[in-house]
Amino acid sequence: MAKVTIDGIEIDVPDGTTILQAARMIGPEVAPPTMCYHSKLKTSGGYCRTCLVEVTKGSEKDPRPMPKLVASCRTNVMDGMVVTNGLSEKVQDARAGVVEFLLLNHPLDCPICDQAGECHLQDLSYEHGHYNTRTDFERRTFEKIDIGDTIQLHMTRCILCYRCVKVAEQITDGRVHGVINRGDASEISTYIKEAIDNDFSGNMIDVCPVGALTDKTFRFKSRVWFTKPVDAHRDCDKCSGKVVLWYKGDDVLRVTGRKDQWGEVEEFICNTCRFDKKKTSDWTIEGVREISRHSVISANKYKKLVKPKRLTINDIKALPE
Amino acid sequence: MSETETIKFSAETEALMKSIITRYPEGKHKSALLPLLHIAQADTDGWLSVPVMNRVAEILNIKPIEVYEVASFYSMFHLEPVGNCLIEVCRTSSCWLRGAYDIVQHIENRLGIKDGETTPDGKFSLRTVECLGSCGTAPMLQIGETYHENLTKEKVDALLEENKSRTTHSRYVDHTTFRTL
Amino acid sequence: MQRKLLLEHIDVPGIQTYDVYRSKGGYASVEKALKTMTPDAVTEEVKKSGLRGRGGAGFPTGMKWSFLAKPEGVPRYLVCNADESEPGTFKDRYLMEHIPHLLLEGMITASFALGAHTSYIYVRGEFFYIIRILEKAIAEAYKNGWLGKNIQGSGFDHDIYVHPGAGAYICGEETALLESLEGKRGNPRIKPPFPAVKGLYDCPTVVNNVETIAAVVPIVNNGGEAYAAIGIGKSTGTKLISASGHIKKPGVYEIELGVPVEEFIYSDAFCGGILNDKKLKAVVAGGSSVPILPAELILKTANGEPRLMTYESLADGGFATGTMLGSGGFIVMDESASIVHNLYTFTRFYHHESCGQCSPCREGTGWMEKILHKILDGHGSSTDIDLLWDIQRKIEGNTICPLGDAAAWPVASAIRHFRHEFEAYVNHPKQQHVVSYYDHCHNLATAEV
Ligand SMILES: Cc1cc2nc3c(=O)[nH]c(=O)nc-3n(C[C@H](O)[C@H](O)[C@H](O)COP(=O)(O)O)c2cc1C
Ligand code: SF4
Ligand code: FES
Ligand code: FES
Repeated sequence: MAKVTIDGIEIDVPDGTTILQAARMIGPEVAPPTMCYHSKLKTSGGYCRTCLVEVTKGSEKDPRPMPKLVASCRTNVMDGMVVTNGLSEKVQDARAGVVEFLLLNHPLDCPICDQAGECHLQDLSYEHGHYNTRTDFERRTFEKIDIGDTIQLHMTRCILCYRCVKVAEQITDGRVHGVINRGDASEISTYIKEAIDNDFSGNMIDVCPVGALTDKTFRFKSRVWFTKPVDAHRDCDKCSGKVVLWYKGDDVLRVTGRKDQWGEVEEFICNTCRFDKKKTSDWTIEGVREISRHSVISANKYKKLVKPKRLTINDIKALPE
Repeated sequence: MSETETIKFSAETEALMKSIITRYPEGKHKSALLPLLHIAQADTDGWLSVPVMNRVAEILNIKPIEVYEVASFYSMFHLEPVGNCLIEVCRTSSCWLRGAYDIVQHIENRLGIKDGETTPDGKFSLRTVECLGSCGTAPMLQIGETYHENLTKEKVDALLEENKSRTTHSRYVDHTTFRTL
Repeated sequence: MQRKLLLEHIDVPGIQTYDVYRSKGGYASVEKALKTMTPDAVTEEVKKSGLRGRGGAGFPTGMKWSFLAKPEGVPRYLVCNADESEPGTFKDRYLMEHIPHLLLEGMITASFALGAHTSYIYVRGEFFYIIRILEKAIAEAYKNGWLGKNIQGSGFDHDIYVHPGAGAYICGEETALLESLEGKRGNPRIKPPFPAVKGLYDCPTVVNNVETIAAVVPIVNNGGEAYAAIGIGKSTGTKLISASGHIKKPGVYEIELGVPVEEFIYSDAFCGGILNDKKLKAVVAGGSSVPILPAELILKTANGEPRLMTYESLADGGFATGTMLGSGGFIVMDESASIVHNLYTFTRFYHHESCGQCSPCREGTGWMEKILHKILDGHGSSTDIDLLWDIQRKIEGNTICPLGDAAAWPVASAIRHFRHEFEAYVNHPKQQHVVSYYDHCHNLATAEV
């Protein structure tokens, strides 16, 4: 076991826990935001740098602070470690920088983007970004591509989190897409315009934190906040069959995996459940799904949901000595 | 062009590739990807077409996407046809300080093409590249395997003349580059 | 002082070949190590020598070797970093081209110390003509019993293979290099684990620069203490410096660490002074990644002491007034050079070479390049200078690998020491009617700012 303190809150966690996991155990008020980490995907995380935190004390044994901010999703805790996230001015500054970098070439097309309302980048910018733009250079753009008849890739919006590549690598057989080119010319691609065709490909949509991979069967049908999420399940020979049905009126507009509090899919589902079962009669309904993550989808739906309060430097300064 | 199409290399080329693979431990064949792509590029048309990459994937028993990902990462692999003589001029600091841009401009004027272009007859391509580790003999350029250093306009003219009538494309490797095991 | 340890026999005709190399005492360190020393004793000598990595980071080599994990039944590897792509650096190429057996000798001796039976030399792809030379030397070494099974009857087996890169500076970063050697994209790994625990094929691995490995030869031959006696303080031994730019005699020089920078620039034994006897304006002392310093700060520290070619002296004053020895790529600029344009070539370089994994480097390097281009084009404003400063600040320290820092430091130092030049571009853009990009760049290169 290791004792770790994050933003002043202490917790005991098993050895080998990452700082991010420890912070999430404490709760949303100290958990750093994430874009590329995904708890169900091995070796995910480390790329986007939104989860950077400051380690002010390395461990009981070696109390020296770490010289650089560290990616909490890929750094293990040590016994006696002291971490600051929301309380660190350095972290907030770096994070604002990361948001700016991620938005630098990201189109501002939220009004026509299917992901709007459940987009992690929207949330991140809202909470950690600046309101002004400091660039007037042309943004990088790509053509939209259909990768198969159910998924559309809009590379222009991609933030290169590598999650979809890891899904293809880890839960499907025969990965046909990947990251090609390098630097800011990198793109998610099959290189030869091949359709991504396997029973689990739809999960790439669920893990995409932005609107780069979207469900073509749902495209433009509705804004997500006008739909109503309902937990449902069915007997499926390929997957757990545990899904969320998104209703508008009596119609199931789309089917997705169930996401946890952090917006990460709990269990991956198969394409049959996702794309072919869009009738209520296909499912056993469990009840209305609570979207615990604070976002537009949950706005006005769940009165009891309060936006987690993040302690700020000023809150701390205001505390009595 | 079919996406699953592959080609076969010559028997000597495939034999050389097999020999390169034995440089790496059992089960680590993928390590040979970079040298194999170099050989494949040199022994075909000086660039990597999809069938060529697919064949390399077959030889190494890896997925084609693994080859495309790698080939597109490294700047020496050309994913589109290049001229018979590919001229790569260093444009980084030390070369710039010693007049690399004059050299580039001179070549552009002589060939009537710009950085990144190929002459209509397919004879020459011009690219500016990053530091080639020859900064003490700047300005410099590379054609295939050969470095040409301490460039002057006269030297460049001689090089262009020399390469005008070449019939094979410039290559970084040939079959004598590697020691065979 | 010029001091030849690695390059002692460089002028001997035919030293490229095995026979001549051997006749000059070549492979003695292998004989000594394999026949009279234990592996740990070799590591001990390297520790005593105070040798520091010559690839750029300057990490003590003996210490690095002693960190190598040694689990039973798992192979260990030595990988030689011959990716040499840091702008301004061309010493490894020189060494491999002219005295390839020195590297092989060092590889065998080092591998013996580490217990590695296979080693790879990762050479940047553009150096295929060097690969040809190395392959030939390796064949000679096999033929003469210095490689293969039971080397010189010692019972130690060792194989060396050359592996070509294919054009990617990032593959000089040791974990990207290992990825590349495994046939993947050159994406740096997230550390820990470090290569000493999980390196090539997940096995314990030491990655060392060409020059570092070559230095093992004189260390084992003459003893670590003799090596440590050369140089000053913690900067022991000799260092190959690649000198380029506006100097009379560009080239590779082996120096005893401790030579005054002024002597290095002006003495006929080294750079021979500034080209056309112009005035010295600035120096990038350790390859493109290190902070640029103006003439007054490179010749003397902020305290007015003569600046020496050592790790410590060059770093004196921190980033405020100092720089770093880095890989020893010494780029000299005379009074005519535009600092802003030179920075542009560096920034374009880092933008071109970013692997693209992490957002600050992937996006930030391109952004900085665009802003610099805009400033050079005469369309910049003084807020652009502040913006550049802020962008580099937000890249530095926040990336997966040090390429982000390497991209940030040149920008920070150029603004710190030469802000007036940026302001001159912004306030009096002279080249507003540019004909072509290269015309433009050329004019800028020589324009008085
Ligand atoms: C972006 C980047 C590029 C590098 N390029 C090289 C290189 O070309 N050659 C080299 O020897 N080390 C290079 N290094 C340093 C290596 O990561 C590593 O520290 C070095 O090979 C260790 O060897 P040494 O201890 O003998 O110096 C680079 C590091 C970074 C971050
Ligand atoms: S800092 Fe740059 S080169 Fe290094 S991992 Fe990040 S994107 Fe790649
Ligand atoms: S979530 Fe940790 S770096 Fe992206
Ligand atoms: S700067 Fe041109 S070879 Fe190094």
